[in-house]
Amino acid sequence: MAKLIELKGISKSFDGEKVLDSIDFYIRDGEFVTLLGPSGCGKTTMLRIIGGFETADEGSLYFDGAEISEVPAHKRHINTVFQKYALFPHLNVYENIAFPLRLKKVPEEDIKTKVAEMLSMVKLSGFENKSVSTLSGGQQQRVAIARALISHPKVILLDEPLGALDLKLRKDMQSELKSIQQAIGITFVYVTHDQEEALSMSDTIAVISEGEIQQIGTPTDIYNEPKNAFVADFIGESNIVDGIMLEDNRVKFSGHIFDCVDGGFDKNEPVDVVVRPEDVDVVPTDKGMLTGMVTSVTFKGVHYEIIVDIRGFKWMIQSTDYVAPEATIGLYIEPDAIHIMKKSKYSGMFGDYSSFSDEMDRLSDADTAEEF
Amino acid sequence: MKYFSKIYLVLIFGILYIPILTLILFSFNSANSTALFEGFSLRWYVELFNSPDTFEALRNTLILAVLSSLIATVIGTAAAEGIYKMRSKLLKGAITSVTNVPMMNPDIVTGMSMMLFFVAVAAILGVTYEDMGFFAMLIAHVTFCLPYVILSVLPRINELGDSLSEAALDLGCTPMQAFFKVKLPNIMPGVLSGMVMAFTMSLDDFVISYFVGSSNFQTLPLLIYSMTKKKVTPDMYALSTLIVVTIFILLIISNIKSGKKVDNSKKAGARK
Repeated sequence: MAKLIELKGISKSFDGEKVLDSIDFYIRDGEFVTLLGPSGCGKTTMLRIIGGFETADEGSLYFDGAEISEVPAHKRHINTVFQKYALFPHLNVYENIAFPLRLKKVPEEDIKTKVAEMLSMVKLSGFENKSVSTLSGGQQQRVAIARALISHPKVILLDEPLGALDLKLRKDMQSELKSIQQAIGITFVYVTHDQEEALSMSDTIAVISEGEIQQIGTPTDIYNEPKNAFVADFIGESNIVDGIMLEDNRVKFSGHIFDCVDGGFDKNEPVDVVVRPEDVDVVPTDKGMLTGMVTSVTFKGVHYEIIVDIRGFKWMIQSTDYVAPEATIGLYIEPDAIHIMKKSKYSGMFGDYSSFSDEMDRLSDADTAEEF
Repeated sequence: MKYFSKIYLVLIFGILYIPILTLILFSFNSANSTALFEGFSLRWYVELFNSPDTFEALRNTLILAVLSSLIATVIGTAAAEGIYKMRSKLLKGAITSVTNVPMMNPDIVTGMSMMLFFVAVAAILGVTYEDMGFFAMLIAHVTFCLPYVILSVLPRINELGDSLSEAALDLGCTPMQAFFKVKLPNIMPGVLSGMVMAFTMSLDDFVISYFVGSSNFQTLPLLIYSMTKKKVTPDMYALSTLIVVTIFILLIISNIKSGKKVDNSKKAGARK
């Protein structure tokens, strides 16, 4: 697939604060790309630069091989679905969707058939004459998507489009968006802070933190082979412990030597070791590679979330079997469940569950809704 | 306490409206008296419409009010948009204060300064002051109407924000189209109420018109004032009655309109 959009050395500062730091990135034609990162990481700014609402301080932007850094928004073949929908309140549903075609002076007959087509695609047939202010959030979102798609742009940008919807509706819209994208084959660039959303919808994910791209890859790559502690922690749950790479396929951490499947490190190089909570098996202490005491157990529906203290480091384990708090248990880890990462500036910042609580997680989720 | 508040209310409305009601009553008086009501007649209304001076003044006043409010609305809306788009907060604040000065300034000062200005302009252009009569008046009225338009449009623009304009640009509007097709329809209530305010301001201005006006361009307030030096005839009561009724109707219309708006936004809010 050809590169459709390319960012070369894009930097941007607001009031002297660097939001994007020389970003190099490209998007292939027909891809579903997600820019994923916490609030304030620069992902929305990146999207606004592609859309033409901000200009980069440095670097250049290419579209279909031509530089468009200086091309104003209305001349770019890129449409956006905004976070707060930005439907035109003075127009009804039909006129909102027809808006881009009216600008191009498309004959009324064609407009009629195209709007009807779009409305049936987003499952809003029969809503033509409704005022947009009477629609629910999900319906407004669909109108916004129809309006962005009707003039067949090569790319549509979606800025946390599902952020304001409730969980159930969000899940429905996720699969609907994905099927719309596959049906029409337009490139989608999607911004979100929701890692689940990113994993379930994307062809490619770019994980962004502090204005830099941390990792680009397919959802499985990013989940199974995170590049550093930030990515490992941000995507899913991870236990990240300090380890020493004794030799290829042999790593020592938490006082035990493990077999693993990673190599290519220096002898005795300090590394970060990632073990996903679902990859740890609870076994009797005599069969365990590691032993520790259970400090808390939380029922999560599908599984129990167990926090285990191993040599002062709190591990999170997900198990379908109940264990009692204060019990001493053994842990067994398969070699391919161990992922080794080079040390980075994020080492030691994430992956310990000693201060973990559900409440804090929810609080930080609420924060991210305030993305600028 | 309950009675007291009711009495207070009656008193206030009495003081406000009894003089106006008296005026309306006496406009229908059949006699030429301000003290005795001798019977109902439309005599003064007939006389009013037969007096060429009054009619010309009324025409002048309306032309002036319509033109100055239209011009002030166009300039004021453009100015509000310009102020909104300013990047520097300092400059934004400074410009907003400067545009408010004509509103705060005592009319008598504005009037005198304008007169001096137009005298100077007339001297430079080599025309007599009378030649500039209408244009001097128009410029003066646009000037003092402008802040009211900005004051009523700017909050609307601030409230609207950039998202709709950005969406319009995104969908292929030029910046001009984005303004006229999307922004303007959404700030229209502010623009209209600014225009109505400017219209009434221009309609009843006396002080500034008195200084700036010249003998060949009389407006109604000026005409009425000049009559008080002799004797106010009841046809002026008739005229004032007509003005009061017109303004009353305008007020009712604008209240019904804004009432509807509030209703709509309440409905939309409830659904969210």
